[in-house]
Amino acid sequence: MSETKKKAEKAAKPAKAAKDAAAPAEQTAPEAVATQEAAVQEAATQEAAVQEAAVQEAVAEPAAPAAARSSVRKTYKLYIGGAFPRSESGRSYAVAASTGEFIANAAQASRKDARDAVRAARSAQSGWAKATAYNRGQILYRIAEMLEERRDQFARQIADVEGIELGAAYAQVDAAVDRWVWYAGWSDKLAQVLGAANPVAGPYWNISSPEPTGVVALLAPAAPTLLGLTSVIAPAIVGGNAVVAVAPGAAAVPAVTLGEVMATSDLPGGVVNILTGDTAELAPWLASHLDVNALDLAGVPTGTPLARDLEIAAAENLKRVVRPAAGYDWSADPGLSRIKPFLETKTVWHPIGI
Amino acid sequence: MTAQLALDDAGLRRLLHGLPPVDQVGADARAARLGTRSIKTTAKAAALDLAVRMVDLTTLEGADTPGKVRALCAKGVHPEPGLPDCPSVAAICVYGDMVGTAKAALAGSGVKVAAVATAFPSGRAPLAVKLADTAAAVEAGADEIDMVIDRGAFLAGRYAAVAEEIAAVKAACSSGGHDAHLKVILETGELATYDNVKRASWLAMLAGADFIKTSTGKVSPAATLPVTLLMLEAVRDFRAQTGRQVGVKPAGGIRTAKDAIKYLVTVNETAGPDWLDPDWFRFGASSLLNDLLLQRRKLATGVYSGPDYVTVD
Amino acid sequence: MANAKSTAKTAVSGIFEYAPAPESRSVVDLKASYGLFIGGEFVEGSGGAFKSVNPATEEVLAEVAMADKSDVDRAVAAARKAYDEVWSKMPGAERAKYIFRIARIIQERARELAVLESLDNGKPIRESRDVDVPLAAAHFFYYAGWADKLGYANLGPDPRPLGVAGQVIPWNFPLLMLAWKVAPALACGNTVVLKPAETTPLTALLFAEICQQADLPPGVVNILTGAGATGAAVVAHAGVDKVAFTGSTEVGRMIAKQVAGTSKKVTLELGGKAANLVFEDAPLEQAVEGIVDGIFFNQGHVCCAGSRLLVQESVAEEVVDRLRERMKTLRVGDPLDKNTDIGAINSAEQLARIQTLTEAGEAEGATRWSAPCELPERGFFFAPTIFTGVSQAHRIAREEIFGPVLSVLTFRTPAEAVEKANNTAYGLSAGVWTDKGSRILWMAQRMRAGVVWANTFNRFDPTSPFGGYKESGYGREGGRHGLEAYLDV
Repeated sequence: MSETKKKAEKAAKPAKAAKDAAAPAEQTAPEAVATQEAAVQEAATQEAAVQEAAVQEAVAEPAAPAAARSSVRKTYKLYIGGAFPRSESGRSYAVAASTGEFIANAAQASRKDARDAVRAARSAQSGWAKATAYNRGQILYRIAEMLEERRDQFARQIADVEGIELGAAYAQVDAAVDRWVWYAGWSDKLAQVLGAANPVAGPYWNISSPEPTGVVALLAPAAPTLLGLTSVIAPAIVGGNAVVAVAPGAAAVPAVTLGEVMATSDLPGGVVNILTGDTAELAPWLASHLDVNALDLAGVPTGTPLARDLEIAAAENLKRVVRPAAGYDWSADPGLSRIKPFLETKTVWHPIGI
Repeated sequence: MTAQLALDDAGLRRLLHGLPPVDQVGADARAARLGTRSIKTTAKAAALDLAVRMVDLTTLEGADTPGKVRALCAKGVHPEPGLPDCPSVAAICVYGDMVGTAKAALAGSGVKVAAVATAFPSGRAPLAVKLADTAAAVEAGADEIDMVIDRGAFLAGRYAAVAEEIAAVKAACSSGGHDAHLKVILETGELATYDNVKRASWLAMLAGADFIKTSTGKVSPAATLPVTLLMLEAVRDFRAQTGRQVGVKPAGGIRTAKDAIKYLVTVNETAGPDWLDPDWFRFGASSLLNDLLLQRRKLATGVYSGPDYVTVD
Repeated sequence: MANAKSTAKTAVSGIFEYAPAPESRSVVDLKASYGLFIGGEFVEGSGGAFKSVNPATEEVLAEVAMADKSDVDRAVAAARKAYDEVWSKMPGAERAKYIFRIARIIQERARELAVLESLDNGKPIRESRDVDVPLAAAHFFYYAGWADKLGYANLGPDPRPLGVAGQVIPWNFPLLMLAWKVAPALACGNTVVLKPAETTPLTALLFAEICQQADLPPGVVNILTGAGATGAAVVAHAGVDKVAFTGSTEVGRMIAKQVAGTSKKVTLELGGKAANLVFEDAPLEQAVEGIVDGIFFNQGHVCCAGSRLLVQESVAEEVVDRLRERMKTLRVGDPLDKNTDIGAINSAEQLARIQTLTEAGEAEGATRWSAPCELPERGFFFAPTIFTGVSQAHRIAREEIFGPVLSVLTFRTPAEAVEKANNTAYGLSAGVWTDKGSRILWMAQRMRAGVVWANTFNRFDPTSPFGGYKESGYGREGGRHGLEAYLDV
């Protein structure tokens, strides 16, 4: 079988653990994972080899029960404009469990993907802002419903990529669902809590109201994967912004699945865009992009040159910047801390007279 | 009322801007409420037949040929081949140079020929050119002329020029023993505000329009229910004030029978039953006809139909 | 074709008669009889039973339990137990999720609720379907989101609930009034004993089923059907910490006296005689629509109805002419017909009240005009009616009729408009129609009314506080302000 030879030629990779309860088949020793710079052809061949290897392993598995079924594995792509395109660069990188076993090849987003994502976000933003607050709240609540429905799937993914106990993974999923519900309930209350009727000294009616700033670039933390991504996306969009979020490294797996949740939640395409890959590679392009209005540096380590450089780049068009906080506790009550930075305040005057 | 035409821009502005304003949200809400009427069974059958009889079946493409126009005319006269109970449409609407072909194809059928004119759709040409365009169509035998107003002039506040053009085209419709009826296209999508739609409606009627029409169909948005509502209110008030009845034609973007019925409900509850007649209300449409036919079939047979059962043209 | 035609109008019927378009009753599963909803279960009442009737046909819909004092005791005890043991201890985020579930189930069962509401109340299915039920769901959605955010409501860092809320609601918007009461109460951490109106208990009982479907902890919501005595017993009960009432000013007055000297907090949403003010520069077509909406929406059974049209004298004739023409297209009839604009009056008693006051209007010299329409033979119906030549000294300009009857008065200047609009013991709402923004704000500033609608009328939203000045009651429902009534602040 030529495929087997081909597989042997390439660096041998362990089979991906089956999605269902079937015992993982580990024929070869785990290997270090490295980011690929392969051409499209190489990546495709490798993908095929992996899948082929899986088929081989499943077939050749000595300890499996007689009627072992091969699984159909998901390809992880980017989430841009409501669709799931591959990276225009054709690159991918292997996501492995903390134990080293292969989980999936995630798409490695490029600067052009980032450019496309910003365009998609800008295109979607004004419609999202014009939706009623009620409608936005309903959609965020729907995301929570869809997420709850996939609790088991997410818990397994989180346990795998973060290398934590399944119980802790479930706790993270529950926290993420509850956080979507928390933010859903904010949509139609922000104007009441952050706005004001101002008693100016003259015959003028004067009112201040919050408005979305526009397109926000979010650098999600590497961990906690789902909760961190939720905690940067939900507060940014609840007020009517559209976002481009970078989910780094292994966080790609739950991130793309979260994209699937959003795609089935009536969220208009382009309101949330998810790029998986390398924060250090993508962030400078987003931070310097003149059509991005704000930037959340959560996923960048504090005090590093990168954090400072990104803030300098952002200053070019006076982006609103949220700096990273060392040792930030993502499970703590966030309050309005991630909503307010991405809202502007508009004050309107009108005379009062007959 | 024709004395109004002697007014200059400032005078017309005071007149038109003195009309009661339109609240956009309220107008939209009223149109939406009218759209919730549920028209079923016998009422639906009557509405569908009436809608067919009100269609100005339209082709206005650069690629129009005599063959295309003849085919459209055949469809307009006999929308349902083999089913004699289906009425003919009101008119076929074509470019001026196709009037002759249409006239010949429609001879003896009772279906009228409407021609667009005056540098349709943009209206950007000297008056002499627009009048020549009109005269040619009238000479060729057009029963109706659909002209466009000069939106640039309107938006610049040159109301007198807009009115004078309309009056001149109306005169050209009546010259040489002809008596073509004049529909004035406001191009409401370009007028942008409901106040402008109301003012343009009144200006056109004061200048002699027989029909006011929403759109050329070449600009989006074309006809909408709220805009048509406003125009129906305008013709109703105009008749109350002057005794002269003017017709209304929404054109462009009306694709489904369901939409068409909403328009008929709006006519019924705004201007009133006097306008529920092809002499006073038309639909400028092309694909609408087939959906009306499909709905007629469903009512008659009780099952949903499909595109194979209506003719392409 | 273009000849002038006579201006004689043909009757609206003729070319385009709308065929009957009935909404099906089959979506509703009406039981022959209903019990009380106490402690999460339907139980038998101790006070006998009474019948709920369809006011459009006078047929009996179902038999409903009449809760007596012992039932009230049981319900308050169940509410107290649920409060002490479960609800007051539950974190806000968890309470929120129960309330979100209720909102969702209302959306899921929307058609059923709308049909049942129209059957029991008499209002057109178009209104119950497009207004009542969606707004009810929206109220639960809005307040669910407050449950875990009370510290942000500007009422203190950690506001606490009051305990058990006794709530008595009217028959004009049965499900919606239930939502206005129950949603904020639950969001703030209270438990509830709610008494729906005597003539409209059925959607409240369906709501009880919804609470069960949502797995709401037993006793958090209790529904006691009954008449005036039941409501009085709920209000008077020593175990009730908070009283909320929507209904007539007459009863509201009694309740205020009853809770005097106790520690019970109370909010009242009572009657109104709102002025709908139309200035000469108003968008006239939309103003006419707003007048129609203001007094004929829900058969005029609206506390904030625009029951007084105050029109600037210079345009009065034109406005009233247009109003009459518009009224001729109103369709009065079967509430379940999707084309009906005006349904049945809720009860024989209410119909009699409307007739009495209308007769008084004629007796006092005002000119009556009713839209020509055929009223059904059975059921309680009243043609939409306007009175012109009305002055402030007429009964029909002062007393709440609560029916499809409009009194038309005139004014000359903005100041006079203000004076006449405010010249009432009521103060619930007002409408202002003018093209001038500054005048809208000037008038709004001077209206002694809790809700001012400019160039619109009868707009409701869960985020928008609603309530009256003066004898229209006190307290606000809706919005951040609506939380205050249910917190110990």
